[in-house]
Amino acid sequence: MTIRGKALIAGVYEHPGRELPDRTLPQIHAEVAAGALADAGLTLTDVDAYYSAGDAPGFGALSMAEYLGLDLTYIDDTETGGSAYLVHVQHAAAAIAAGHVNVALITLAGKPRTGGAGPGGSARFSSAPEASFENQFGMSVPGGYALAAARHMHEFGTTSEQLAEVKVAASTHAQHNPHAFLQDVVTVEEVVSSPMISDPLHRLDCCVITDGGGALVLVSEAVAASLDRHCVPVLGTGTSIKHTSGGRIDLTHTGASRSGPLAFAEAGVTPTDIDYVSIYDSFTITVLMTLEDLGFCAKGEGGRFVSDGALQSPGGVLPFNTDGGGLCNNHPANRGGMTKVVEAVRQLRGEAHAAVQVPDCELALAHGTGGSLATRMGSATLVMGRST
Amino acid sequence: MSDLGPSGLPVPPPNPNLETQRFWDATAEGRLELPRCDNCGHVVWYPRQRCDQCGSTSVTWFEASGRGTVYSCTVTRRIPGSWRAAAPFVLAYVELDEGPRVVTNIVGCDPETVHIGQAVQAVFDPTPDGPALLRFTPA
Repeated sequence: MTIRGKALIAGVYEHPGRELPDRTLPQIHAEVAAGALADAGLTLTDVDAYYSAGDAPGFGALSMAEYLGLDLTYIDDTETGGSAYLVHVQHAAAAIAAGHVNVALITLAGKPRTGGAGPGGSARFSSAPEASFENQFGMSVPGGYALAAARHMHEFGTTSEQLAEVKVAASTHAQHNPHAFLQDVVTVEEVVSSPMISDPLHRLDCCVITDGGGALVLVSEAVAASLDRHCVPVLGTGTSIKHTSGGRIDLTHTGASRSGPLAFAEAGVTPTDIDYVSIYDSFTITVLMTLEDLGFCAKGEGGRFVSDGALQSPGGVLPFNTDGGGLCNNHPANRGGMTKVVEAVRQLRGEAHAAVQVPDCELALAHGTGGSLATRMGSATLVMGRST
Repeated sequence: MSDLGPSGLPVPPPNPNLETQRFWDATAEGRLELPRCDNCGHVVWYPRQRCDQCGSTSVTWFEASGRGTVYSCTVTRRIPGSWRAAAPFVLAYVELDEGPRVVTNIVGCDPETVHIGQAVQAVFDPTPDGPALLRFTPA
């Protein structure tokens, strides 16, 4: 059985807020749920499946379903960090293809900017079996990604200027997004002269920290046919994990090297067919390594590939993150996967900002990287088609 | 900020459990002990009572050399919380001569001089509770 085309994304929503001190976490989940359902032309009573990840408080999806007033016959709390929402799309598509689900709701919300880290934070991780062998050494999130970047530079000659090109491209897109947390266009020189956080990553190699959230609604073909909204078919999905492998970690590749080929194969397409990509951009190095692992260029060639405006829209060979991505626009709850799917759907619907809309966008890819490049990650790739 | 070890870095106490107690007891005596799989010979990291390669639950502890090379490193210059005052410091992966790559710090030297491929030797930074943290210094 394949899920190809059996499930469609009917509704998407990105919370416009980036600082939300006056809302509770459940309120933000409820706002984004309402937004995505309204986008689809559906209501909470239509939802029979609900998906949430580590950002949902309490009992996770069960607690949030109660808060929202959902009546469910399907529930899924898969947690892979910031990529979880793409994993949820895969799971929802499979459940829809199997006939178990008609309308699936996926939500994300968080307040790392004004309200602390929230659920899924230090208490949960301090009980992990690996905790005492990693947490005693001052490994910040940027520090971990810096270890991957430093090794990539060592093996392949990647430069800080090449990493900066990723941020530059994101900033050229973010200038057109009135909700973007950072809207100023930056230059390579500005990136490499910003304060060093953890060598070789500068402040402008790092994503923003924002409150907010987003939601997705997936539906069956039958439900899609009843809606007025243009729906985006899910054509291919892939999930993989990568961890420290008993102490034999390779820091120069990501889980995308397995999730990508799975998604391409299911969709029946190749990287050269893709018109637009949303690539998880917790840091500039995340994008560069992911592009290699997805096959948009050879391993080690990422630095050269992203140079000369390759990622800029329009005009670049591979337009990416046209909302400004996590590097400039939004990284709600410290989890960038949801917004990656949302912008890909905008592109396929022709509803991205006119200045960055990819002409005749027919195939889009979204990729999520949860966890850390330095230790363990959950990776998920989606290929989506033109709206119908 | 927590107390500093002889290295000048924080020494947050680990949480030994039934599977890792032997590792931590050895560090308190200045020795690096690792579990080796009795079935396939794989040296397991992080320490546990099983082999992640073949699934065996039979492992034998042995004393490792404490020698290794820097697999990757970064000078962390800005970090929130209890490590702020320790910056700049070197966060690294060191590949032990026995195989595993371990998260650690490189201490006892100018952070700016640490580099990938550098030979390093284990040092043990005592925590207030007794167990010591496995750190490395240039060989």
